[in-house]
Amino acid sequence: MGGEFDPRRHVLVPKHEILSEEEVKEILARYRIKPSQLPWIKSSDPVVKAIGANPGDILKITRESPTAGKAVVYRYVVKG
Amino acid sequence: MVGVAAETIKAEVRKLDGRVPESVVKEVESLLLKVSKKKAITHEQLQRVLDATVKSYLASLVEPGEAVGTIAAQSIGEPGTQMTLRTFHYAGVAELNVTLGLPRLIEILDTRRTPSAALMTVYLERPYAENKEKARALAQEIEMTTVEDVISQMEMDLINMQLVLSLNRSRLRQKELTPSKVAEIVSSELGSKTKVVLDETKLRIKTEGGSLSELRRLATKVRKIRLRGIKDVTKVVVKREGNEYVIYTEGSNLAGVFRIPGVDKRRTTTNNIREIEEVLGIEAARNAIISEMMETLKEQGLEVDIRHIMLVADIMTANGEVRQIGRHGVSGEKASVLARAAFEITLKHLLDACLKGEEDKLEGVVENIITGNPIPLGTGAVRLAMQGGNIGRE
Repeated sequence: MGGEFDPRRHVLVPKHEILSEEEVKEILARYRIKPSQLPWIKSSDPVVKAIGANPGDILKITRESPTAGKAVVYRYVVKG
Repeated sequence: MVGVAAETIKAEVRKLDGRVPESVVKEVESLLLKVSKKKAITHEQLQRVLDATVKSYLASLVEPGEAVGTIAAQSIGEPGTQMTLRTFHYAGVAELNVTLGLPRLIEILDTRRTPSAALMTVYLERPYAENKEKARALAQEIEMTTVEDVISQMEMDLINMQLVLSLNRSRLRQKELTPSKVAEIVSSELGSKTKVVLDETKLRIKTEGGSLSELRRLATKVRKIRLRGIKDVTKVVVKREGNEYVIYTEGSNLAGVFRIPGVDKRRTTTNNIREIEEVLGIEAARNAIISEMMETLKEQGLEVDIRHIMLVADIMTANGEVRQIGRHGVSGEKASVLARAAFEITLKHLLDACLKGEEDKLEGVVENIITGNPIPLGTGAVRLAMQGGNIGRE
């Protein structure tokens, strides 16, 4: 068995991606909000560690939704 | 008139992406393709269908200012009154203890660190999933075996101030352990201060101090020493599910079971939401809350729209960790002093707020009802703004 299990492979874990600076600007403008007004995700979260995101980053999460098919949400990485 | 080709329909429907959800796009596409096979659809008809789709989707959205939280609470609360109050059930074939009904629902919303009946569903990888014997062997590896499980009796020898454990040979064989292996584990667990001597199937344990109370303490400690298996997994059941063998466990330790080779880590889950949060992250915890709540309700024959449950799960996971619905979580962390005081332990909240010099911006529902103002919901959610310079002008 090679190393730790990557949580991203688990069926319960949706796709997490780090947004680029332009993308961040675009979504903040679209919703007219500050990053802290998004739902949060802790920097100690196993998935955050796996993709190497840092506090201050914004993650794009693509969920499999039973109602909408695919649902895109964002989470703001906070220290914790 | 000639109808449009299937390819054009697909391309046109795909243009709706981003304006309506993926599930709607797919549904419209498959319906249109089905119809176009029977009867040609003109380009104009296609456009009309698509426009109507967007229009009807937008009309079905929740209006801004709608009290979705209150509606969710009512939608879950009412069926909740019809649920069983009895805590335990033996769930059919897999003679395992499961909490069901209202107690389970409360447990999920309270996000207890340890649910009263923790349960794991362990899926297996290829060779193990198809072979009953291999699955059994793996289950043995997972099940926790303590000293207590392999001894027939434990005596306190007060003359020599020692514990005498009689190991049971058949139980040892069943657990694939040997007396010398047990002695080895016990002595390494107890450290160098105690002497462990193996005499055939008798295990003598002697401490340095040798007072009676110390001996008693040692006895309880020795009983609980783990010989093999994963911590907290007290019972395992191997069951055939479809065309594979699945291990159900009583007691949960997700991180532990992930370390066992042969376990399908991608699908293995637990009903302990805190553990999922720790091992798989907040998004997985959110999914677990939704599926656990839906299952609990469905098992009781109740149907609650999943949107309400999703809202609850979203709120519970909004600040990056799973918060309970209640005093120590969502309700206890509201921004408004008055709203918190109105919920529970009124005096403490008011007192604390006074000491800290907190301010209440009166932006929520509860505090505005208390102060006799219109609540910021529905039509109350919008405010009138006017530019001073325009007053009195035509």
